[in-house]
Amino acid sequence: METKTLSNAPGIADRAYQIRRNALRMGEVQGQGYIAQALDIADVLAAAYFHAMRYRPEDPSWEGRDRFLLSNGHYAIALYAAMIEAGIVPEAELETYGFDESRLPMSGMAAYTPGMEMSGGSLGLGLSIAVGRALGLKRKGSDARVYTLFSDGELDEGSVWEAIMSAAHFKLDNLIAIVDVNNQQADGPSTQMLAFEPLVDKLEAFGWFVQRVDGNDLDAVVAAFDAAKHHAEPKPRIIVADTLMGKGVPFLEQREKNHFIRVEPHEWQLAITALETGRPA
Amino acid sequence: MKPAYKPDSSKPRLTTSAMIASIAAEGQKTRPAPFGHALVDLARTRPDVIGMTADLGKYTDLHIFGKEFPDRYYQMGMAEQLLFGAASGLAAEGFMPFATTYAVFASRRAYDFIHQTIAEEERNVKIVCALPGLTSGYGPSHQATEDLALFRAMPNMTVIDPCDAHEIEQAVPAIAAHQGPVYMRLLRGQVPVVLDEYGYQFELGKAKLIRDGKDALIISSGLLTMRALEAAKSLADDHVDAAVLHVPTIKPLDAETILREAGKTGRLVVVAENHSVVGGLGEAVAGVLMRSGIYPTFRQIGLPDAFLAAGALPTLHDHYGITATAVARQIKGWL
Repeated sequence: METKTLSNAPGIADRAYQIRRNALRMGEVQGQGYIAQALDIADVLAAAYFHAMRYRPEDPSWEGRDRFLLSNGHYAIALYAAMIEAGIVPEAELETYGFDESRLPMSGMAAYTPGMEMSGGSLGLGLSIAVGRALGLKRKGSDARVYTLFSDGELDEGSVWEAIMSAAHFKLDNLIAIVDVNNQQADGPSTQMLAFEPLVDKLEAFGWFVQRVDGNDLDAVVAAFDAAKHHAEPKPRIIVADTLMGKGVPFLEQREKNHFIRVEPHEWQLAITALETGRPA
Repeated sequence: MKPAYKPDSSKPRLTTSAMIASIAAEGQKTRPAPFGHALVDLARTRPDVIGMTADLGKYTDLHIFGKEFPDRYYQMGMAEQLLFGAASGLAAEGFMPFATTYAVFASRRAYDFIHQTIAEEERNVKIVCALPGLTSGYGPSHQATEDLALFRAMPNMTVIDPCDAHEIEQAVPAIAAHQGPVYMRLLRGQVPVVLDEYGYQFELGKAKLIRDGKDALIISSGLLTMRALEAAKSLADDHVDAAVLHVPTIKPLDAETILREAGKTGRLVVVAENHSVVGGLGEAVAGVLMRSGIYPTFRQIGLPDAFLAAGALPTLHDHYGITATAVARQIKGWL
């Protein structure tokens, strides 16, 4: 029973590549989906699952695990990609993504997907649940942590700010949040839908330890996870990750309207080729 | 626009009830804070029980639990969506949260959070809410007229509308013994005690015939069971023999007992509830009867599909026809 703790830094870039590849293969299976988001968050997920987090792939409900709550349920494609790479979800199920009776539905569901800790489709729910998880872990005297990922669009939801206040109020130093700032949501660029900058200032004022990084600079992301884990103050931690939608596949990076992307059947292979071309040595 | 107030010296003018007016009649036997005390008793044997509230601990009797177990009491602030999301998280970590607020806020503002994080994820959270139906003269913001309709329609949710202090005391351990999400309405403060004299025992999912009678069957829950029992006594004086079937569990509904009693021929069937006539016990019973081919003469007593007035509770209860007198009067009129 291998408990994953620290991973060798050079291997993480390859993990990020595999996560992207898995996501593209799932996208190909469905023909469409939140693939641009999966590509943008692959580095964060690689750092989380192959550097920062403690878990047992063959026992996704091991009590000592770090919990990962996916608040933005539509990023399930990305989380599945990471969990397949981690061995939590069998590789054979990748092709079932989004199909009837699959354990890998398009929006993450806690009830029937291994490693999926919450049902996230509604958006803006995860951070409140994470507050409860963190409180519960403290009650039990557990040293496990709660990680939660949410998207910049969710910053529009008032409930997220309730949770931001609450986490600081309860000094939840076992809570590490990551917000994916890709500046895209359903109706357009996030900063134009409901302006949220200066975000770092706001979060610091709300009592969090905040780091802002290029979410596609893997070294910076890994360092941010380390600093988040080891920060001494009794505060919750957040990593504000600026990411590029479609990262790793240049023609998808440049595609307008990539919030829910449509990719022509022949383009999937082009995307995989482009990814392979850019693959770290 | 409301017309200007014209004083009518022939009528005593009652003041608008405070938000938390008592529903106990003068001289009625009551017990203080049955929920708070029952939760304390439960918590002594269940270390996984925790209490959570959104700035309404004092007004849901949870403060009594909080005083006894301060380290198991979570004040979340006036943030109901956070309250229920966090309750889901704590339940996921193995605790049994009793999460309290007013019925209006759980059923309206926090509905999506309860639906998604508690019901869909099947978390063992007990949602216990004060000010059910029309138990506040404060106006529509605090009158939970459609909470039962909303929670009935939520999958995985068990829904309870208890009658009195006696029942609340018994329901608390019963809902704790049940694995899964529960929504329970709550009466707080000085709560009437009525069912003890009938030897009543609460059983989750069971309707109980408190009183039998051959002329009318009143199917009721919550506050209206108390009113139905009073109405039955005054109807007896008028030689009208009314049965009262108490249905504290709105979901899952005890269809078997309801059908058995409603199927007895020769009785008017009246469903009485402290809730809108839309979507609550009345329509639930009507649905069961129709689907089973049982068609008694059927009437409903309940709150109208309207935003209710603000005012003194006795005035409002009389106006909306849910006093014992009004219940008896309506039944006589239908017979």
